Amino acid sequence: MSASSVSAAEVRAPRLAASRPGSAQKTPRYAAAPSRLTRWIILGVTGVLFIIPILAMIEFSLRVGQTGTYGFEHYAAIFTAGQAGTYDVLFQGILNSIGICIVTVAIVLVLLLPTMILVELKYPKLRGALEFICIIPITIPSIVLVVGFIPVYSVVARIFGSNAWTLAFAVGIIVLPYAYRPIAANLAAVEVVTLSEAARSLGASWGHVLWRVILPNLRSGILSACFITIAVVLGEYTIASFLSQNTFQTALVLVQHTDPYVAVIFAVFALVFAFILLLVIGRLGSLGRNRRAA
Amino acid sequence: MKTTESRTARAAGKASASLSSSLSSSLSSSAASPLSPREGAAVELRNVVKYYASQRALNGVNLSMAPGEFIALLGPSGCGKTTVLRALSGLESVSEGRIEIDGHDVVNTPVNKRDIGMVFQAYSLFPHMTVTQNVEFGLRMRKVDAAGRRRRASEALDMVGLGAFGDRYAHQLSGGQQQRVALARALVTRPRVLLLDEPLSALDAKVRVQLRDEIRRIQTDLGITTLFVTHDQEEALAVADRVAVMREGNIEQIGTPEDLYTRPATSFVATFIGLSNTLDAELVGSEVQVLNAALPLLGTGPADGAVTAYIRPEDVSFASTGIPATVVASSFLGSLRRTQVRLDSGELLFVQHDVQLRPESGERVHVQLLGRPVAVDARA
Repeated sequence: MSASSVSAAEVRAPRLAASRPGSAQKTPRYAAAPSRLTRWIILGVTGVLFIIPILAMIEFSLRVGQTGTYGFEHYAAIFTAGQAGTYDVLFQGILNSIGICIVTVAIVLVLLLPTMILVELKYPKLRGALEFICIIPITIPSIVLVVGFIPVYSVVARIFGSNAWTLAFAVGIIVLPYAYRPIAANLAAVEVVTLSEAARSLGASWGHVLWRVILPNLRSGILSACFITIAVVLGEYTIASFLSQNTFQTALVLVQHTDPYVAVIFAVFALVFAFILLLVIGRLGSLGRNRRAA
Repeated sequence: MKTTESRTARAAGKASASLSSSLSSSLSSSAASPLSPREGAAVELRNVVKYYASQRALNGVNLSMAPGEFIALLGPSGCGKTTVLRALSGLESVSEGRIEIDGHDVVNTPVNKRDIGMVFQAYSLFPHMTVTQNVEFGLRMRKVDAAGRRRRASEALDMVGLGAFGDRYAHQLSGGQQQRVALARALVTRPRVLLLDEPLSALDAKVRVQLRDEIRRIQTDLGITTLFVTHDQEEALAVADRVAVMREGNIEQIGTPEDLYTRPATSFVATFIGLSNTLDAELVGSEVQVLNAALPLLGTGPADGAVTAYIRPEDVSFASTGIPATVVASSFLGSLRRTQVRLDSGELLFVQHDVQLRPESGERVHVQLLGRPVAVDARA
């Protein structure tokens, strides 16, 4: 074989590879996968639908009276008027919501998580029943739940008083479907039974199995469940309103009657906070996937 | 070479130390190397019965393992071999019977107190830990100090040839490497019994053979009593001192690989271990009349009369005269060749022969039975 023919073959080879479907240069597109253009169109339309109300809220919060000018007066007013106690109900609502968040997350971690792990390890046949129970709240409108909660809360108030944090018992039920799903997905991705059996055979007690093996591997699912729980609690209005508790959402509605600008500003803050939570959840999920990727 | 008998005798003569003292010696032996040989434990399963709801998974299994012995549990899927292993490990409770390790009943001892090492079929490395942390896990549970943990984990990884992989995570290893780490992790605590639950079944053929031989080498070096569950007869016959063939919750036969192959106790063992030609025959006293030949009976048989004879392919040969047959197919098996022929009377027969001989499909040949003893079973 001559030198020229060798070099010709070498030159030809990459071009052949590039033209082959499935080669490194061109990712094959399967029937169910949308084209890049379609993906961008979907993303663009969805993004516009989301961003327009947020931009409108921001624009509204920056308006200065009816003059048509913009400024940060309303943002500054939160602090000046806040010092005068004008927005105490709002700040108290935020504090109450944070308290409810903490108790609700505790309910998820102390009740739901151990139950799910126990079912996975010891009673896998009950998995379907547990999933059904956890999904039920999403199928029942909040207003219907509240009607059921009102007599229950007369008992709760007698035992714990009518503090705002007791709302966590009701919200704990509302968040079950959202908290269940990420933990269930994580449990399905990790061979919990095999890992715990391996740890037991190596001399680990059940406490060690839970603390050193199972929980570290469920970290992303647990954190996702917690963040989603926080997002749901911060957005919950119906139950708090009907049970006459002052939370972030009910306070926003109250403040809106007197100062719509501040209500919108806090609504934007809440949206940004929820957006950051979702970004963190996404990041945790990808971390988990990267670690498990073979 | 150590024989099964010598191991059994050693077990009988061995002063039985208490399980708790063996555990404590294991826990406190931080100075000992995981590579140093250690007396394995004698293991005894007596009439072990296991029910899953109303399903009887184990029908009174009896099994004695001498210290340092390597026994393979072999059988088809669902025969109960994994249940036996899990019952011995403590991962599965038993409904009836006794399980003794060094003479002490451990039926009520939890798995984490039994001083066993276990390698699973599924990859079971903790994904959030590095290889070193995985291997150190059992030592950490035994409260071995950090320096001792590091040294012993390093030695154990060297033992399986993965000393340079300590900082990697499970997902950065191949299947074979993961099972080696799992083996190192199981051995680093110097357990008295090693349980292997089909550890090679997820690996490709070449790696499986390499790791199989490596497991045998390490087990021989360390002298750990080992129970190896597999459905692969080649694997079982290649590595075990003795093989227990299981069927429907019972141990059908236990013996050396040679015993099982040449002297199967039942028709199931005869057909399950290796390949057998199944032929109608007549038993007269100690003589089996099959295909116009009279062959000696292997072991004891049923009452005289119609029987089924099990004849190995290597007990049949081609000849210039004999039983006329037509070649159906011929397979090259590396060092030998196996040819299927159809006798003029209709029976199909496998003949194992020299690789140089290459019968063509449709070729007319003659076969003859070599006069070796033959196993029989009463015909259903």
